[in-house]
Amino acid sequence: MSGPDTDENRGADENRGARESHGSDESGDGGRGLEACPGLEVDPLIDDPGTRIIVCCGAGGVGKTTTAAALGVRAAERGRKVVVLTIDPARRLAQSMGIDSLDNTPRRVRGINGGGELHAMMLDMKRTFDEIVEAHADPERARAILENPFYQSLSAGFAGTQEYMAMEKLGQLRARDEWDLIVVDTPPSRSALDFLDAPKRLGSFLDGKFIKLLMAPAKMGGRAGMKFLNVGMSMMTGTLGKLLGGQLLRDVQTFVAAMDTMFGGFRTRADATYRLLQAPGTAFLVVAAPERDALREAAYFVERLAAEEMPLAGLVLNRVHGSGAARLSAERALAAAENLEESRIVDQEAGKTAGRGSWAPSPEPEPPATDSAQPQPALTDSPQSGRTEASPTQVSADLSAPSSARSSVEPAAEPTVEELTAGLLRLHAERMQVLVREQRTRDRFTALHPEVAVAEVAALPGDVHDLAGLRAIGDRLATGGSSPAGAA
Amino acid sequence: MSRLQVVSGKGGTGKTTVAAALALALATEGKRTLLVEVEGRQGIAQLFETEALPYEERKIAVAPGGGEVYALAIDAERALLDYLQMFYKLGGAGRALKKLGAIDFATTIAPGVRDVLLTGKACEAVRRREKQGGYTYDYVVMDAPPTGRITRFLNVNDEVAGLARIGPIHNQAQAVMRVLKSPETAVHLVTLLEEMPVQETADGIAELQEAELPVGQVIVNMVRPHLLDEAAVGAADGDHRDDIAKALAATGVPGATELVSPLLEQAAEHAQRVELEREQRGVLEKLKVPTYELPYLGEGADIAGLYRLAKELRKLGVGA
Repeated sequence: MSGPDTDENRGADENRGARESHGSDESGDGGRGLEACPGLEVDPLIDDPGTRIIVCCGAGGVGKTTTAAALGVRAAERGRKVVVLTIDPARRLAQSMGIDSLDNTPRRVRGINGGGELHAMMLDMKRTFDEIVEAHADPERARAILENPFYQSLSAGFAGTQEYMAMEKLGQLRARDEWDLIVVDTPPSRSALDFLDAPKRLGSFLDGKFIKLLMAPAKMGGRAGMKFLNVGMSMMTGTLGKLLGGQLLRDVQTFVAAMDTMFGGFRTRADATYRLLQAPGTAFLVVAAPERDALREAAYFVERLAAEEMPLAGLVLNRVHGSGAARLSAERALAAAENLEESRIVDQEAGKTAGRGSWAPSPEPEPPATDSAQPQPALTDSPQSGRTEASPTQVSADLSAPSSARSSVEPAAEPTVEELTAGLLRLHAERMQVLVREQRTRDRFTALHPEVAVAEVAALPGDVHDLAGLRAIGDRLATGGSSPAGAA
Repeated sequence: MSRLQVVSGKGGTGKTTVAAALALALATEGKRTLLVEVEGRQGIAQLFETEALPYEERKIAVAPGGGEVYALAIDAERALLDYLQMFYKLGGAGRALKKLGAIDFATTIAPGVRDVLLTGKACEAVRRREKQGGYTYDYVVMDAPPTGRITRFLNVNDEVAGLARIGPIHNQAQAVMRVLKSPETAVHLVTLLEEMPVQETADGIAELQEAELPVGQVIVNMVRPHLLDEAAVGAADGDHRDDIAKALAATGVPGATELVSPLLEQAAEHAQRVELEREQRGVLEKLKVPTYELPYLGEGADIAGLYRLAKELRKLGVGA
């Protein structure tokens, strides 16, 4: 599921109920150890005027940006003046905030209820970089930098620019002091840690000998200056020239020389933003889905934040599945489904010829029409498999010929009550398998990090299209940590 | 089939799993494939439940019929040092460059160099031959960066070739680009039948085509069977709650009456999902790109699941 839909309230209560009943029923395996896990209370966090920055981080595809937007909407509707800095939002998400295309300037989001305000923006890294150059260099030098081919590639997005620029932008927004809460989404990095590493990497580059080497010839008046360098160094520049091509090396050198005076400022600001992230006004939310890879990344992030002394508020677990019938296990549901299907097959073999679609109130199985065995692969194929997922042939049959696969449930060929009930049971078994797997994955995380507060957001079938959808997620976020059992 | 299979996809769609299954499928019947990882996440090692992969090609799985899957986690820094050694015999200078921070600069700060090195290494493996003249690997499968960055990642060589207009990096970048833009390469995008991944897939395909990179297949992952549709759910939810309760009770399930409502709610959600999936399938059809569908693995993507997906891919015609 990529995110919640607009169908607000159907799920929230039902799923909380599911969690509770599931927790009590599954106490033998899944329910244990979760009591120890504290709930993440989102409302106190966003209501606290002391909370000035919330950073949402986590692996790609877990709903980070959606979480950031939902938090922004909720905080604004609870009276705060909020800006959401997104990095690379899906078009739909930008539209859900009523803004067709977000850009590098915060835009007010219309339709927010209550006394607060919501502004949203999307990081444009090239624009942000250009603005820094324009703000910190005299016009002539700024033009030289902006026209440098090396700069143009660098600013358009080498691995890491996004991280530096997100940090810069965050620092800028904080410095403007126009908002009392900034919600930041982190870049979809190769590694989730790049965001934190950006300032240090910049620092080590700027402090390194390499940059001095690059700057040396320019400072000393081009190639003539080379003779003042020791032999080793000139050999090195020679190697670089050979490797990069002389012209690229010159571009780099010109760029570095032009940027020279600006580097210090870069560094100071990156360091300041880094310290800002460690300060008490900042809260990190690690976002994950109850899947192995996402939670592994989440655990890694939790550890890294602790090592960097960054304040972690908790884990937001998106797309958690629940069931109102959790006391019926997958195994029992499947056995019951098979039971129903077998009795039907037996009747069919006995040659009964009752009409299809007759809804006799009797609990006795109703046989389907005599020619019905073929068009019902989805319901009849897998009684022996004991699993809910389709066998490979079944899936391809189902998908390549959807009309025939579905004919068993088309109005024209109304299924018998046994077929329907068996279908309901199979669906339930599938849901329970997902539930148990999610529980197991989550338990593993909780065992490693029992101290991390968790808020769960129930899975929804569609995507977010509007503010109502974001509100619905906000509701789930706010209630997702209050269930003490907390189990999916 | 193209010898370089690049697998991309939105985060969370299972692209690493699909790449691994594809490597297994292509290795079937005595072939040898190399599965490469470029993002330093050690996703392959985790999938195959082995220790972290070193910067070394190492056999990690045997395919049905005696094929072999090798794996390599490409590390940009090591690739650069290798490259310096291979072409310039600069082993010692490499160390000195590293001490100066030049290697760091080249692999993290300098635009594109990192990506050139990563794609370069993969292309080298594609072209490598044994002494007898045959290719070392029949296929190379790359677990590539996600859809949002794939075009830039693959196309960076063009940019670098423009930036470094002469010299070995320029030549290297151009050589890599020749492989990537040829029919030797196919770029696959993994998606789910959900709105955001499908939209990203559509955007990704447009970008790849714009950059003249060869689009392979759209691979729809985690497809779940449609057990009931709206019509059935509507029928069930009508006057037949009692009948369903009785049918449930007849199977010996306790508390049958209380189960009816939650089961029907789940069915309604299922029907809603079926409908959404139908819409998304329609969007994918409009892309006019061949599509594979892989089933959802209820037990999660473990090794057994990988072999199952590989078998599925074979059935769909991979490696045939």
